[in-house]
Parts: sequence; structure tokens; C-alpha cells
Amino acid sequence: MADSTSLLYATLLVPVAWLAIGLLGLVRGRSVLWVGRILFPLGTLAGLTLGFTALAGLGAPTESLTLPLGLAQFAFHIRLDALAWFFLLLIGFTSAGIGVFSAGYFRAGEGTAPGLLCLQYHVFLASMAVVVMADDAYLFLVAWETMALSSYFLVTTQHRLPEIRRAGFIYLLIAHLGAIGILLCFGVMQGGNWQFTFEAMRAAQLTPVWASAAFFLALFGFGAKAGLVPLHVWLPEAHPAAPSPVSALMSGVMLEIAIYGVLRVTFDLLHVQLWWWGLVTLGLGLFTALFGVVFAAVQTDMKRLLAYSSIENIGIIFLGVGLTVIFHAFHMPLLAALALAATLYHCLNHAFSKSLLFLSTGSVLHATRERSLGKLGGLIHRMPWVAWLALVGTLAIAGLPPLNGFVSEWLLLQAFLFTPDLPHSYVNMLLPMGAAALALVAALAAYVMVKFYGVIFLGQPRESSLREAQDCGRLERIGLLWLAAGCVLLGIFPVPLLALLNNVSRGLLGASLGTQLQHWWLLAPIAPERAAYSPAVFLLSTVVLVAAVVLGVRRFYHGRVRKAAPWGCGFPLLTPRMQDTAEGFGQPIRQIFEPFFRMQRALPSPFDTSPHYRVQVEDHFWYALYAPIAGLVRRISSLAGAVQQGRISVYLLYSFLTLVALLAFAL
Amino acid sequence: MPTLAFSSQLINLCAALLLLLSFAMLAQRRVLTLVDLFAMQGGTLFVSIIVVAWSTGQPHLYYSAALTLILKVILLPLILHHLIRRLGAQWESETLLNTPITMLAGLLLVIFAFTLAQPISQLANTVTRGTLGIALAVVMLAFLMMITRRKAVTQVIGFLAMENGLFFAATSATYGMPMVVELGVALDVLVSMVILGIFFFHIREQFDSLDLHNMESLKED
Repeated sequence: MADSTSLLYATLLVPVAWLAIGLLGLVRGRSVLWVGRILFPLGTLAGLTLGFTALAGLGAPTESLTLPLGLAQFAFHIRLDALAWFFLLLIGFTSAGIGVFSAGYFRAGEGTAPGLLCLQYHVFLASMAVVVMADDAYLFLVAWETMALSSYFLVTTQHRLPEIRRAGFIYLLIAHLGAIGILLCFGVMQGGNWQFTFEAMRAAQLTPVWASAAFFLALFGFGAKAGLVPLHVWLPEAHPAAPSPVSALMSGVMLEIAIYGVLRVTFDLLHVQLWWWGLVTLGLGLFTALFGVVFAAVQTDMKRLLAYSSIENIGIIFLGVGLTVIFHAFHMPLLAALALAATLYHCLNHAFSKSLLFLSTGSVLHATRERSLGKLGGLIHRMPWVAWLALVGTLAIAGLPPLNGFVSEWLLLQAFLFTPDLPHSYVNMLLPMGAAALALVAALAAYVMVKFYGVIFLGQPRESSLREAQDCGRLERIGLLWLAAGCVLLGIFPVPLLALLNNVSRGLLGASLGTQLQHWWLLAPIAPERAAYSPAVFLLSTVVLVAAVVLGVRRFYHGRVRKAAPWGCGFPLLTPRMQDTAEGFGQPIRQIFEPFFRMQRALPSPFDTSPHYRVQVEDHFWYALYAPIAGLVRRISSLAGAVQQGRISVYLLYSFLTLVALLAFAL
Repeated sequence: MPTLAFSSQLINLCAALLLLLSFAMLAQRRVLTLVDLFAMQGGTLFVSIIVVAWSTGQPHLYYSAALTLILKVILLPLILHHLIRRLGAQWESETLLNTPITMLAGLLLVIFAFTLAQPISQLANTVTRGTLGIALAVVMLAFLMMITRRKAVTQVIGFLAMENGLFFAATSATYGMPMVVELGVALDVLVSMVILGIFFFHIREQFDSLDLHNMESLKED
């Protein structure tokens, strides 16, 4: 069909345009005006094009193409099916918001020169798009590694600080571990015919053992990129280190690309899905979600908090993937389609709302130069734009109706509620507990978001310097508005998008939620009498209720309202430092979930005139898993180093022993 | 021309002497005496080559014998004597292994060399076939000496002694190598001697000692 072919070419042009824009950044690398006012908006335009093309492409038939590029035996293959279109849509629309924001955000004198930053940023975007389009292992891995490298350089923008270099190194290390997993996964999936196109992999017939090996290698490889526990350690290090638009791009888009990889391998390239894979994925996802949200609750750095919140969301997404695998393996197509729709929807939600929050922390950071929650507060008066738009993001992430976060979590819970129908006694007994844990995670996520928003934007400024904070510029506002609008639209009109997602699930699972999505205003995934949700009605009734209350209060108390200072509990010397702090707010979680943490407290002595209380909350995984591995590597290398004695007689002995051994062998 | 039995007796005697001298070198800690022992080893080698040449009527072995006499019995010991006196390196400071253990290790090596040489000797049909094991043992003992000593001079002597063992192996197993190869090897030994002599002076200038222990600090830590 000519129409979908032209869509394919339009899509191919976008990464090329991004690369060209990146290279143009080098032309006048020091000029903020050139890079910020011309190139970044152009990149945004390309992103929008990609988004709208993908929106049109979601309904179009699958198209593929062999590019005249690559090595002789490994030509680059491109293929665009509904899954790829969906993730291109995610990349396009999210990067559009982040691009506008970046245009106003990057300034001179912050580490890497603006031109170079522009190159890295656009190469990063282009490589993510190419990962999604790739239809052979070679192009996929080339794009994947380009993505890892360009994002590494973006993370280490302020490379003069040693802790940022360290964060970048950890990120690069884990990224490479993951890449090895993916490489091995492709090696297993070619199934002995040494064809590395995805077409050949789809045709390969693997034994269950090898299929399981491929699946778990993929889970390891893509999980490392997504931040699945215990491969999550790079996230809380890299996100605070990176500039905020980069954090937004990495958290909002790159993590979802890893999910794309898992979906592509599991449902498209592998020809069988075993139900216990789903159980393992679901368990890992659940643990990751709980782990992430509990750690987010005790953070005192706003970007670290968001990084842990990303881990939580990735956990929820993996939960959905696991549920999809289970339903699909037990041949329950409708429920599998429901779980997949919830998973994909959550990817999109997370992309929009997490980018929005990371960008607003960027604005806060620029206005106050402060990342620590303990030194912020009361910014809603100084930065109303950022504060109100960030509120949309926090509500969305917290999963409150009528915003988007609620839709996907509700769909996921609905899918969970059908697990008792599974034809496997243990699984259908165990899984409802997963639903309970998901509810716990959602509630804790709301708690975390109350902390995030309350400490930064509400209350009194904790430092006097915060009174000089300026609201963000016009371009940044547009970026934030775009993303916030996305959150609201996705929340209020879920049905049209879910109808488009049917194409994805038809392609991957051979089933869809087709007939359940007849009314645009009513979301009833299985049957209206079982459960239904209508965000528009919810919004309308909320608005009516609030308006009625406001009118009622005005009517009955009109003229009798007086303004006075709030009651200070009889204590006249209140200072802003007496507000609830981030540490204080997280304290109950620290108590309840104590086994999760590795805490070091330093309590002041009673006679200290300027007492300091210090508590350090760390991750068990670092000490229980990573430190022993690092120690083992060091020991092995020192053992290998012991061979090098520096004494001539020892070297002579080596050659002598080799001679004797070889002679003895010849004997 | 003597009978083959007699000449093979003579060669066996030379071989035994070579082995004995190797053990003597392994135990000897005075460097000047070591050079003398090395010269004696060269002399024994010379005699054995003469005997082989005489009994088998291989004329080119006479040249080889002359080369051995000039190089290993006269020239190299003279150079070494000269060097050691100028460097004041008469005494080996200490060995890495004490003498009895070194001797025991040497014993084991000889046994190893003989077991190794046995199948090869049975294939050979030359008069000298019983001596291949001894030649191998001489090579290994010289190697052992290089490992256990610390002074650069002794290591060079060990290296030259190894070369003796190889020469002996060549003559005993195959009636000597082709002349070109022998000339080349002889020249190599001479050149390496000169180069090592220069190195000795440089090492001493650098560390005020010829003890190789000092060179361990060159290792990167």
C-alpha cells in the first residue's frame, strides 16, 4: 500500500534529521542562541513529525525495508509493525515536550559545550528510534550501543566532578553487562542457522530449554537497561548526575525502549511462551516495584527520589509483562490483550508523567541551585507555573483519577482480578496476592508523591535564598504544558488510544479488546457489568461537586469570611525549619520497611551544643551483591598479578617448568 | 682407528664427566672456580667431539672441535675471568635454594631426563646413543643453576653451560650439526657474551651491584 510505504519513509527521515541537527550543532558549538533557539526547536519538530506519523501508522499494515547500508552479509533491515509504531509514538511525543524544554534549559558554561551536547542529545534520540525500527540483530545492537554511549556522554555532561564520572561509569558498566546479555540472547535465538535477521529468528524452532535461555538472557539484558532489581543500581546514581532533560529522556523514554526489547523478544521473536516465565517476571516486577517505592519514600534528593520512582514504575510494567505471558501461555487471549494494553498504557503514562516531573525538578534546580529536599519548600508562590504543572505530574504518577496513571493501574488490577480463572491451582492461588501487593505499591507511590510535592512546593521556604527563585522561561513552560496536557488527555480519553493499541495486541497475541471499546466515554475492559470506568463522567461530577461546594460556602458564609494568621499552637517563635522535613515524612516507612534498608545512624551526644543528626540509608544490594563481586574481581586480578614477581629467577622458573611440562607431555 | 666399543666407552666417560661437572657447577659458589669448571666442561666436550670425529671419520667434526676449544675453553673463560676481576664479583652472595636441596632437585631432573631420552635412544643407532639422556640432563641442570643463582655473571655462565649441553646432544645424537649452523651458534655465543659484558657494566653502574635482586624494583606496582 503506497500510503503505509510513505509513512515508512517519513519515519526513516526523522532519525536522519536528528543526526543532521546534531551535526549542525557542531557548526557553532559555543552559541547558545544557535543551539537553543534554532536546533532544539527543529529537533522538537522532527519529534512531533515522528509522533504523528506513528499515530497514523498504528492502524497501517506492517512494512519492511532493507537498507543499502551495513556490512556485506548483514544488511540493515527495517520493519515497522504496530508494536514499533507504538514505541515510535512514545519517543516522538515525549521527546517533543523534552525538546522544547531543553531549548530553554541548556545554558552556556555548564560542562559540555552546547553544540556538543546538541549532537549527543540528538544522536541519543535517533538511536532510540532506530532500535525500535531495527529488524535484524546487527542493526539493533549497533543502535542499542549507540544509545548507551550517547546517553553516557549526556550523563557525564559535568564531567569535572568526580562523583558524576563515577555515576557515569556505573551506568556504562551495567549497560554493557546488559548488552552482553542481549547479544547472547540473539545468539541463542538464531537457533543454529546463523541468520541474524529477526525474520529468521521468528522462523527458528527452539527447544523449551533454549527458548527459556533466550528469554532469561533477554530479561537480564533489557532488565539491566530498564532498572530491574538487582540491576537497578545505576538509576539512582545516573539520574541525579545527568542534566534534567537528559534524566527525563532516559527515564521517560530509554527505560521504555528496554521494555520494547522484552516485548519484541518474548512475543514476537520467540515462538513459544512458557507460563512460568511470566511468573518469574511477575515476581521480579513486583519486588522491583515495592523496592523502588519504599526507597523513593526515604530519599532526600529530589532527583534520586524520582529515579527510585522510575524503578517502581518499571516494576509495575514488568508485572504487566509477566501477567501477559501467563495469560497468553494459558490461552486466555482476551485477558492477555488486557494485560498487554495495561502494560503499554503504563509505558506511555510513565513516559509523560516522569518526564514532566524530571523537567520540573530541572526548573527548580535552575531557580534554586538546590537538589536536596531539606533546603527547598514553598516554591508554589515563587514558581506557580512549574508548581501547578508539576502537580499534574505528581497526581498522574500517584495514580489518581481522572489522570492517566489511574487508567493503567486500574486496567492492570482488572487483569489481576481474573487470575482466579487460570487453569493452574498454585498460580491462581498466588496471583491475587500480587494484586494486593500492587495495591500497596500504588498507595505508597501516592505517599511518595505527597512527599515530593509537599516538601518542594508547599509550606514555607526553608532557606532565605529561595525567595529570589524565578519561574521558568517561556520555552520551558511550553515543554511542561505539552507533557501535562498529555497526562490529562491520556487520563480522560483512554478509549481511543486503547482502540489503537488493539493493533499491537492483534499483532503480538492474535487477540484484542475490540468489542469492549465501543463507547469513547466508557472504559469497560471485559464487560460493563463487571467493571467500568468513565473518566469523563468522573471529571464532570468532580467539577460539579467542587463547584457546588464553593457556591454553597459562598452562599451561606458570604460576608462572614475573615482572614487571620493560622493558629500556631500557642508557640510564637515558629520558623520555616520547624516544618515537616523529607526525613521526617519518610520516617514511618523507614521504620516499617526496615529490613529493606541498610541504615547508619549517627546520634549526637546530649552535651553537644550544635547537635547533628545523621542517617544514611543505603541499598543492601550494593553490599550484598556488587561489593562481593567487585572484591572477587580484585582478588582474582591480584592473584593474576602475583604471577608477575619481577624476579628474573621466577621468570626463568616459569619457562623451565613450561619446558619440563611440555617434555613430560611428549613423554 | 679405534674399535667402536672402545670409542663408545670413551664417549660414555666424557658424558659422565660432563654430568659430574654440571653437578659441581650447581654446587659451586665461588664464581672464579665456576668459570674454571665451565672451561673444564668445554674441554670435556672438546675431547668427546674429537673422539666422535675420530671413531666415525667425520672430518667436519674436527672443525667443530677446534671451534669449541677456541671459544669455550680459551676465549670465553678468559673474558669471564677478566670481567669478574674488573667487576669484583668473585662471590655469589646467596643462592635462592640451599645446596643440598639444589642437588636433590638436580638428581630428580637427571632421572626425568633419562626417562625422557630412553625412547629416543632406542630409536637411534649411532655409537653415542646412550649419551642423549646425559646431554638433556646437562641442559636442565644448567637451567636449574640459572634459576637458583642471583648474580648476573652466574646466570650467563649457566646460559653458556646450557649451550654446552646442546652441543653435546647434537654431536651424540646426530654426529653434529651442519657446519653453517655450528658457526652461527658459535658466533651467537660470542656476540651475546659481548652484549652481556656491556650489560654487566650498565647494571653495576645503575645499582652499584650485580645482584639481580635490585632489578625487582623495576616491576610496576
